[in-house]
Amino acid sequence: RKIIFEKQWFYLDNAIGHTYGTTFEVTSGGNLQPKQEVEETNTETKEAGTDNRNIVDDGKSQKLTHDDIKALKDKGIKGQEIVQQLIENSTTFRDKTEFAQDKYIKKKKKKYEAAITVVKPSTRILSTMYYAREPGKISHLRYDTLAQMLTLGNIRAGNKMIVMETCAGLVLGAVMERMGGYGSIIQMYPGGGPVRAATSCFGFPKPFFDNLHEFPLSKVDSLLSGTFSTETLPSEENMLVEEESNGLTDEKQTSLLETEEESTTETAMEINQTEEQDTMDVNAEDEEFKENKEKENKDNVRQKQRKQWERRKKLIEAAALLTEKNADGLIVASKFHPTPLLVSLLEFVAPSRPFVVYCQYKEPLLECYTKLRERGGVINLKLSETWLRNYQVLPDRSHPKLTMSGGGGYLLSGITVVLDKGKSDSSHFEALKMEEPSSKRCKVQDLHC
Amino acid sequence: MSFVEYGDTIKDGDTAIVFLGHESMFPVKVQHGTVTQTKYGVIRHSTDLIGKKYGSKVTCSKGGWVFILHPTPELWTMNLPHRTQILYSTDISIITMMLELKPGSIVCESGTGSGSLSHALIRTVAPTGHLYTVEFHQQRAEKAREEFREHGLEHLVTVTNQDVCKNGFGVSNIADAVFLDIPSPWEAIGHAKSALKAEGGRICSFSPCIEQVQRTCLAMEEYGFTEINTLEILLRVYNVRTISLQIPDLGKAAEDNSSAGFDSSNPSNQGSLSPGLQQGTVQFKSGVPLREMVGHTGYLTFATKS
Repeated sequence: RKIIFEKQWFYLDNAIGHTYGTTFEVTSGGNLQPKQEVEETNTETKEAGTDNRNIVDDGKSQKLTHDDIKALKDKGIKGQEIVQQLIENSTTFRDKTEFAQDKYIKKKKKKYEAAITVVKPSTRILSTMYYAREPGKISHLRYDTLAQMLTLGNIRAGNKMIVMETCAGLVLGAVMERMGGYGSIIQMYPGGGPVRAATSCFGFPKPFFDNLHEFPLSKVDSLLSGTFSTETLPSEENMLVEEESNGLTDEKQTSLLETEEESTTETAMEINQTEEQDTMDVNAEDEEFKENKEKENKDNVRQKQRKQWERRKKLIEAAALLTEKNADGLIVASKFHPTPLLVSLLEFVAPSRPFVVYCQYKEPLLECYTKLRERGGVINLKLSETWLRNYQVLPDRSHPKLTMSGGGGYLLSGITVVLDKGKSDSSHFEALKMEEPSSKRCKVQDLHC
Repeated sequence: MSFVEYGDTIKDGDTAIVFLGHESMFPVKVQHGTVTQTKYGVIRHSTDLIGKKYGSKVTCSKGGWVFILHPTPELWTMNLPHRTQILYSTDISIITMMLELKPGSIVCESGTGSGSLSHALIRTVAPTGHLYTVEFHQQRAEKAREEFREHGLEHLVTVTNQDVCKNGFGVSNIADAVFLDIPSPWEAIGHAKSALKAEGGRICSFSPCIEQVQRTCLAMEEYGFTEINTLEILLRVYNVRTISLQIPDLGKAAEDNSSAGFDSSNPSNQGSLSPGLQQGTVQFKSGVPLREMVGHTGYLTFATKS
């Protein structure tokens, strides 16, 4: 299978059988496997200037022309040698300071010596990658913010978690990784089905999915009011078809992952994109499916019914898990307004459990904070943000990196407590404050009267 | 209760967190016949705590009340008895993710210190992982051991009392990750490498000073670690406040000021501002940064052995 990464295309076949962290060099279309450590070639040019007072930018310091370089590239000469040629033909290289020489080489190496390292997927890798490449798909949730969510939510093996996310399944995957297949997760989804494009990049083993449930967000209200029934599923037909097509791509993906053994971040991204397209083309596929079905026979109908039945069974399971109202935590990271989500979904969480809401913007969380205080049943509310700063650490050249991320979103976190029955409907705002019990307050009021 | 498993009801021997309100809380060991004093009065463990649900409101003798919370590593971090400087949850979060910790991971840590990070690590690697933690201060090592036992975690952690720079972690080729919070981490990089699995793993070193980071990075490079990356993370907390700003009197005609349309015709309807009830002011909600915030804890240097 052909894959494009950073303007180069290659086949992954050669990468099989190597350990994670192995670095590859790209040749015309396939992968080579060079050594882990390439011998540093720069050492011979020990000659270096002390400052740049005599270096003039005349645009002529590089004696090789653009065409020369292209010719070298076309000949298929090793990138390392091209870099060497560039250095030799640079008139100013020897006058540059040692540090500037270093920087020059690094820049050229980056351009001409294409090296690809294949690594194992993890929350660290995937969240960093998504933030850099597709921040829009994950509501600009920066990786350190995701790390905070996992800690503040006390995510661990054995929990029963409720997750509501529209971050391509990245948050779900991160939670799954931390739970290691122990415990259960109920994913609340909007629309026709949960998006798990990023989740599939993790390459989780099958058993991890056994206790992963999903429940449609649009049924939450009826579940809370007790009027929920599976018979009234909205647009069952559509969802089924969509589900099937999703299922198929899922299968395709897993089989791909299995045969290729390593799901590199690059392939992951790639798969991602294809899947995204798939979901976009869902309507077209829909029709295809219908046509196929008409042509084919009752087998398909029976299969469809079976799937429908299975789906309903899973839905009932998820509903049953929710109605126990004893979840160990709630994680929300979506493009929706957080307040209504939180007010409803917190109903399913047991007392003395943490919850975390992510939002790209601060203002909705301010409102959410106020609403939660009015509602009661929560303590230790905290609105926070993290700043992340990367450093360049080199001898005599250590400093913060030039660019840093402007924002990674905001978090509102807290802990649930037993909701006061009598107070929740009256004077609820005061209920949260640490004042005298109501009986005493009444007395005080009496005195005033 | 346990630090690695949620329980519903408070039992004898549990460690619980008493929440007094507004960030004020303390840990309590639940024991039959014991009482705890708070500013709201006495809590009698036998009647007020044991058998109650976590998260309940407990009324104290003076009529005041508190909430009793289930212990978590994060609450413990905020309430533990300090024996050393500790790592807080902000740093712990990024460490845990960047070290790629999950259930089943084997982790080496030094020094143990007050056990703030240790509790978080154990929580994440449980139930099948293990923490090997090394503390060269004998008294601290023993205290940590005692705490782990009290918290029902002893099966998930091994505390060794030795100098990690001289004697290493006491294990080799079994760790998925190593964490160093010691004054001279560069002296322990070699030991860290041999503690990590042959197929590789992740390492993190926490140092407050950039000179320490520099020496550590050099040592990491020397020992063949790759993907060396130094970062710093800061937490900003906001107080949610309703702010009202007065509208200046620019000497506009009196009929303007007294007219009913004042609020809607003035700056109050700009952006998301909502008109204040009081005439001449504009009210809005704001997230106000705390007056003082933590400006620096330490640099975190991560690297990969592969």
